[in-house]
Amino acid sequence: MTRSNVILKVENLSKQYRLGLIGTGTISHDLNRWWYKMRGKEDPYLKIGESNDRSSEGSSDYVWALRDINFEVNRGEVLGIIGKNGAGKSTLLKILSRVTGPTLGVIKSNGRIASLLEVGTGFHPEMTGRENIYLNGAILGMTKSEIVGKIDEIIDFSGCQRYIDTPVKRYSSGMTVRLAFAVAAHLEPDILVIDEVLAVGDAEFQKKAIGKMQDISKGEGRTVLFVSHNMASIKALCTKAIVLEHGEVAFNGQVEDALDYYLNNTMKSSEAIYINPQPNEDSDILEVKVLKKNELADTFGFNESVSIDFKIKVSEEDLAAKLGFKAIDQFERVIFTSNTLMSDVGITKEGTYTIKVIIPSSVLMPNKYRVVIGFHIHKKKLIRKLDQSIQFKIEETGSGFENYQKDDMGCVLLDCNWESQNNG
Amino acid sequence: MKTADDNWLYVISHKRKLIELNFTEIWRYKDLLFLFVKRDIITAYKQTILGPLWYIIQPLFTSVIFTLIFNNLGQIKTGDINPFLFNLTGITLWNYFKQCLTGTSSTFTKNQNIFGKVYFPRVIMPMAVTISNLVKFGIQLLVLIGFYIYYLLRGDTLVLEPQYLLLFPIYVLMMALFSLGLGMLLSAMTTKYRDLTVLVSFGVQLLMYLSAVPYPLEEARAKFPPMVANLVELNPLSQIIEGFRFMVLNVGQFEMDKLLYSFIICILLFLFGLIVFNKTEQSFIDTV
Repeated sequence: MTRSNVILKVENLSKQYRLGLIGTGTISHDLNRWWYKMRGKEDPYLKIGESNDRSSEGSSDYVWALRDINFEVNRGEVLGIIGKNGAGKSTLLKILSRVTGPTLGVIKSNGRIASLLEVGTGFHPEMTGRENIYLNGAILGMTKSEIVGKIDEIIDFSGCQRYIDTPVKRYSSGMTVRLAFAVAAHLEPDILVIDEVLAVGDAEFQKKAIGKMQDISKGEGRTVLFVSHNMASIKALCTKAIVLEHGEVAFNGQVEDALDYYLNNTMKSSEAIYINPQPNEDSDILEVKVLKKNELADTFGFNESVSIDFKIKVSEEDLAAKLGFKAIDQFERVIFTSNTLMSDVGITKEGTYTIKVIIPSSVLMPNKYRVVIGFHIHKKKLIRKLDQSIQFKIEETGSGFENYQKDDMGCVLLDCNWESQNNG
Repeated sequence: MKTADDNWLYVISHKRKLIELNFTEIWRYKDLLFLFVKRDIITAYKQTILGPLWYIIQPLFTSVIFTLIFNNLGQIKTGDINPFLFNLTGITLWNYFKQCLTGTSSTFTKNQNIFGKVYFPRVIMPMAVTISNLVKFGIQLLVLIGFYIYYLLRGDTLVLEPQYLLLFPIYVLMMALFSLGLGMLLSAMTTKYRDLTVLVSFGVQLLMYLSAVPYPLEEARAKFPPMVANLVELNPLSQIIEGFRFMVLNVGQFEMDKLLYSFIICILLFLFGLIVFNKTEQSFIDTV
């Protein structure tokens, strides 16, 4: 019975792309390929090709967007697919949803796959909302009777009742998206492929959409493959995840471990010190250090305070400049802001200053944080903004909340005033 | 005990059979096919004043021009048949071919937006074009019938032999297969080589003159240089047009072997187009 649980199996999946322009070179390669095939030989261009690293210039015209991908998905599982831009996520989804074919390898599935790669596919502007629901539903793989059974629900979900018999070209773009999402959300395939459609519509509709996604993936026991850059929603929706790196599976396992792996690898450049390579003539940040008891450090215990030292240079006309920072966690949530506006640091004359700020202990939940630093005169001048350079990590060393790790406890632990009174 | 590996519902692989026309899958998408047909028909002349009247105006005007140029100016003989009716008959069927071909030959390039996002059997698209054009063809056929009756009432000698009308579905089927086959072939090739889009638009024009549309085959045999005459003779399209005219107007001659020959060519072209189309549909999105 274990077999029947695997609903999707990907074996040695590879996809090769040719770089550069398609022109006269194409036909000669095509002929060459055909010639090898006629003699019963292997395609010569499959031997070459490099892993897909966008930033480094390669020597071959062929790259492997995906190489030897293997994984299995069980029925009812929600699998997250994580990776940086260009890691091959979309290519994988495209092959899974049969938009394009693999160069090598096999995908076996025990159910219908439908994708929400992009909503609103095949909408015809001249047709009414209702007609488009039928058409779009059929394009996405529903039969007419399925759509008839759901049409009221779809119209209701979209919130476009009033316009439903008006051509879609008269719709606002938001309404089109709502209608499109409503159709897509009522698909009932065995395996659903979702790619970052969370960011559609206005805030109210987004909430509705995310809720629907959660229903689909949690409540209804559907198998879902979910691709997103939003780690928070990956964590909320998925049970397992794979990490793609340069077209290969770098990690495959439980979602927490996968997120950990991914974050450790993308935050690899973490540094506790920043030295400005080319400071401005007049005012600038010269140096930033993250310190634990006057030693450079990038990992702190929950009960330790984090101190950040700034060395800055101020010119006569920038005496009003303020220094501030934002702490951002690994899910790109901004946790808090602090600014010299709030305290008098006493910059009164031209010169260099060392400014020290201490983030109190037992406040930030164990997590990885990035600090965005700004040196500016409010609404007048941005002297320097440091976006990526400073990072640190808070580790669990006795917040007392270790046991709650599976739950999202927020980002900050606040020591509120609790009072109690014994009333007999 | 089931074995672990050979019991999958769907398998996506890089290896494909030569002809993989999955009829059960197409059947499952039949609703989509008819919705596409419906879309093509209702959106064709939205926001136009004359609307579906354009279906009628187009062949009528072409026939008038043809009559003026080829019959009045060019002195092409059409036997006892009124040249206008002669031209209208040929053009009606030719238009069906032309519409289907231009519609299907741009399948991949025109639909790359949809094809790039969702999967459905791609062959649904050209099939829908062929079917929706059948509706236009039907309307134009009504016009032809109208004029036929008009000329009949006017006292022209028009003999319609009912037994030949049985051939009507065969001629239409042949036209459909031929245009679908050629269209699929061209659409598959245009994904890589865009030169063909240019070729199609004027190639169709030229092809018409080689397909015995504005003249009877007899005239071609008598007046063309032998090489061109043979070309016209071998062109299955001219056989279809000539046969169709024979069926409706009783002009020219009907030859069973020619019909058979054209039918086989149509089937072969259709199968060939289908093979190439199926090979292309898997990876066209990377090259288009």
